[in-house]
This record gives sequence, structure tokens and C-alpha cells, in this order.
Amino acid sequence: MSVTSPFDSDPSEPGLQVQDTAQGRVLRLRGRWTVSSLVQPKVWESLLARLGELGPAGEISWDLSGLQRLDHIGAQLLWNHWGRRWPPQLQTLAPQRSVLERVARFSAAQPQRPRRTLWQRFTALGALVWRLVDHLVDLTRLLGQLLLDIARLARRPREGPWRDVTGHIYHIGSTALPITALVGFLIGLVLAYLTSQQLKQFGADAFIVNILGLSLIRELGPMLAAILVAGRSGSAITAQIGVMRVTEELDAMRVMGIALGYRLVMPRAFALALVMPLVAVWTTLSALAGGMLAADLTMGLTPTFFINNLPNAVQVANLTLAMGKSVVFGFLIALIGCHYGLRVKPNTESLGQGTTASVVTSITVVILVDALFAVVFKNVGI
Amino acid sequence: MPFFNPSSRPDGAPIVEIQNLWTVFHSGGSDYVIHKDLNLTITRGQVLALVGGSGSGKTTLLRQILGLETPTRGQILVAGQPVAKLGGKGATSRVGMLFQHGALFSAFNVLENIAFALRELKVLPSELIRDAALVKLQMVGLDAKDAYKMPADLSGGMIKRVALARALVMDPPLLLLDEPTAGLDPEGADGLCALLRSLCQELELTLVMVTHDLDTLHELCSHVAVLADQCVVANGTPEQVMQHPHPFIQHFFLGERGARAMGLLPLTPLSG
Repeated sequence: MSVTSPFDSDPSEPGLQVQDTAQGRVLRLRGRWTVSSLVQPKVWESLLARLGELGPAGEISWDLSGLQRLDHIGAQLLWNHWGRRWPPQLQTLAPQRSVLERVARFSAAQPQRPRRTLWQRFTALGALVWRLVDHLVDLTRLLGQLLLDIARLARRPREGPWRDVTGHIYHIGSTALPITALVGFLIGLVLAYLTSQQLKQFGADAFIVNILGLSLIRELGPMLAAILVAGRSGSAITAQIGVMRVTEELDAMRVMGIALGYRLVMPRAFALALVMPLVAVWTTLSALAGGMLAADLTMGLTPTFFINNLPNAVQVANLTLAMGKSVVFGFLIALIGCHYGLRVKPNTESLGQGTTASVVTSITVVILVDALFAVVFKNVGI
Repeated sequence: MPFFNPSSRPDGAPIVEIQNLWTVFHSGGSDYVIHKDLNLTITRGQVLALVGGSGSGKTTLLRQILGLETPTRGQILVAGQPVAKLGGKGATSRVGMLFQHGALFSAFNVLENIAFALRELKVLPSELIRDAALVKLQMVGLDAKDAYKMPADLSGGMIKRVALARALVMDPPLLLLDEPTAGLDPEGADGLCALLRSLCQELELTLVMVTHDLDTLHELCSHVAVLADQCVVANGTPEQVMQHPHPFIQHFFLGERGARAMGLLPLTPLSG
């Protein structure tokens, strides 16, 4: 009896043929038993099915001498099928034998994946707490160093890293203007449209100036700007400093005696603290423009009416408060970005984790601090 | 695209053919010619060192053979097929690459790094992939117990070996190496050379390497191709190439003093 595989048409395709002879069943392998041939569509499944039908490997005589090529994947497939031991009757050529022997020799070792014990899990929890403490200590140290650097700058302002500061002002501030304007405008538009639908029901159309003015100038404008800048520039700060760690530029600066805080952290903190209130005002203005447009379209309130009523509806103290907290937001975003950047380890995974953690922490801190401002200054400007 | 079978070609047949290759880089409004009508044929079983000065385009040529960069003009054939058609799934069954710094995936452990290309085929069962990766791990002289270590926990020599195991996981007939012994101590470099030599014999590999290390070159290479003046100025066995009068070759093999002694570089008197 002779049973052939379905791959007889192409001699290079991996195939097998069973022959019943006077000495018993002989399985002849042919074609190319290489990874590139084995993973061709349908070849793998058919071959596994054929091998499965043959039953225990020990009862068959294996003839590999007709193979065009046998690579380590093909040899591993056979070795695993043989139950990781040599079949009693095997005929091979020398190159096939050497591949099989290598697979047999190196397949003996089966290392166990290290698993964490209960105690290790417990100590890992402790390590997590310590890491949190370490973050707080590092952040405090960074803040302290920043204050010392500011004092140093105040003593010798001419020696300050002003070129770095102006560069960061451009990259963090000027280049962020289009995106903050677009987002602010759209948010203002949507907010005014939804609010107008409610106000019209009560005939309180004119109050849209109060609602939009107060919410945008006091809260939404600075928050939106801070969240956008945290996502855009906070992550960039972490990535920049992190890559400097990976490429050993930070070590080079240290060796040259250049203070990392003074040259890397302070210029960014300065630039962000300076730029953030300006970006916040810009975002607020864009949002108000969007709101004005929606109010005009949905309720017929002209921009002139909107602009004339805005100073009466919103006190100047709200703008002062918004700009004040924007300075704090900018300062914190820079500090957190630098903190995570300086903690990056010299590998790509750490860089990715640091950047993500930086953005998440910055946005969370911005929201928390905003809530704090809302509570502390609840009687201001309202 | 279907896999092709470079190893089905007879021994001594060309495995890499570089024909009339031009590479021009544009920078700052100027054109820089890196390769000018460069021709080179590498046959199966050769261990070829690509040597040349800084900026001579050795690494660029290696990247072009891999298909990572496209030449301005001319073509590169690997086992008779244009390089542009080589990309895609299973590319590592044709050409393996050992990058200078290993280029291991830092998020994966050693075993996952080696098995990555096999896993991406989405056909082979995970047990077989694991076994095959373990075989390759031990073939490069590492211990099976290193399988679950992370790249950050490995020494420079171990990183090179894991990267080598990863490059060989699909048994490619052609292996490219960019400065294989760079960053290794002499003992580590000797060990890697011995490993490469034995793997070459066992797996019938063709090696193409960029190296500046003369010890590695003499230890491993059957052939040397020298890139200078934007083309291959000499190609042959190390002994043949060393006889070439080109100043770079004499400088490279004999050192400055040797080249001056042979009258290939002008003598400059010591000042002072």
C-alpha cells in the first residue's frame, strides 16, 4: 500500500509518503522541510494532520534521505513528533543527521519560567510604596534645586541660560498657538450652542455672556490650555531629557561639571511659567470667539452685545486668578516633565513608560491644583 | 509574497550581486556621491569583510543589501531576486542581520527576542517556537537558564550572542554583521569570532561584515572588499588585497609607518 501526501504536485513542498514493505511501514519524507516551506498556507495543517494519522513514531521506519533540505524548524517538528527521542529506525544523510543531533542536544534543557512566590509578591507591594516615596523625595529635591538655581540666577542674571529659555518659549508657546486656538474655538462653539438651547427655554438668552465668560475665563480656558500643553510639551520634555539619558548626554554634562538643574530644568520651568498664562489667555479668547459665533447664530446675540456685556458679567479678578493659576500649572508641568525625564533608564521601554507617566501625572496634578484653587479662591471674582 | 530558496542555488553561485550602484545623498542643497557605479559579487560560502574609511558607505551598502535603504541607481540582487522584493513576512528566512549594538527589544526577554520572527508567522505552535528558540540560544553558546533574562540584565557579549541567535532563528543562508566585535573585550571578541567560524561551517552561512578590526578580519574572513573613492577598489583574499597599492589599503593593513616605508605615503619630517 502506498499513501501519498497532497503535496505531490510540487517536489519542493514538504511531503511524506507511507509504504508498506516486507520490513514494515516505511515513511519517506521529501521536499523542503524548512520554516519558509512549512508555513505556506495549508501546508502546516495538512502535514500535522498526516503526522497525527500515522500513530506512534516508534512503529514506523523513518527515511529522511529524500529530503531536499531540513532546517532547525523542520528538525524540531520531527523531534517533537518523535516524543523527543530517536526513533528505532531512521535513515538520514549526514547534513540532516547533524541538524537533528543539534536539535536533540539542545532540546534537552527545558528552563522553567521564573514565577513569583507569595513572599515576592508581598515585597513587590512594599517596593511599589517605596517607589512612590522615592518619587516624592526626588520631586522635592528637584523643587529645592530649582529654587536654589533661581536664587543663583537672581544673583547673576547675566550668566543665565537665556538662549535656552527663549528657545523653549518658542517651542512650547508659539508653536502651540494654532492647536490651542482650534481646540478652544471648538469647545467655545459647542458649549455656547448647548447652553443656548437651555437658556432659550427660559427666555434668559442674555445670560449666555455671564455663563460663557465666567466658565471660560476662570476655569475652562486655563484648564484646556494646561491639558493641551501637558500633553504636547510635558511629554516632549520627558522624551527629550529621557533620550539624553539613553544617549549618555546627561552623563557627559555631569562630567563637564554642568548642573543639570540649572541648564535643563530651570529654563523649561521658566519658559513654561511665562508662556502658560499667555497661552491660557489665547485659548480663552479663541473659546470666547467660538461662543460668540454660536450665540449669534443660535440666539441672534451680536458680537457687539457680547463684547459690551462681558466686562459687566466677569470681574477682572477672574482673569487675574486664571493667569495666576496658569503660572502654577506651567511650573508644575515643567517640573513633572523634567522629573520623569531624569528618571528614565537607558532603555526604550523606560522611555515610553516615563513619557506616559509624565503626561498622566501632569494632567492629574493640573486638575487637582485647579480644584484647590477653586476652593481657596471661592470668594474671589464671583 | 512567497518565500524563495536562496540555499537551493548551487555552492559558489552568487548570493549577492550589486550592479552599477549609485548612492547620492542630498544635504543642505548639495549632493554627496557615496557610491559611484559600484559593482560587487558575493558568492555562497564566502566570509567577506567590507572595509573602508569613515563615510565610504560601508554601512549604507549593508543597509541597502537588507533593503533598509534604496540606492539612487543600479540594483542589488540577493539570490537572484531584487532586494526591493525581499521585504515582508518571513524576511529573516533570507537574510539575517547582526546590528552593531544588538538592537534587542528591551521590552522582551531573551527567549521572546529570539522567537519574535517565528511568532509573527502566526502558524507555528508556541511549544515548537519555544523549543526552536532554545536551540538557537544554546547554539550561540548561551545557557538555557538565560532564556528569561531581560536585555538590561545582559552583558555586551551576551547581547551580541542573543542578537546573533535572533538573526539565525529562521536559518537564513546570508548573515550581515555590522561591526560584530565592536565594544567587546579581546577575550569576548575572540569568543565571538570562534562562534561565528563554527556557525559558518555548521550552517553553511555566507557572511558579509563591516569591520575595522584587523584581528577579526584575519581571524574570520576569506575575502575582503575595500570601499574607497566611492567604489570597490580591491576585492579578493586578504593576502591579495594587501598587495594592492591603494594608499588607504596600505594604511589600513600596514599602518602609517608601513605605508611610508613602502613609499606609498610621503615622508614628513618631525618638526621641532
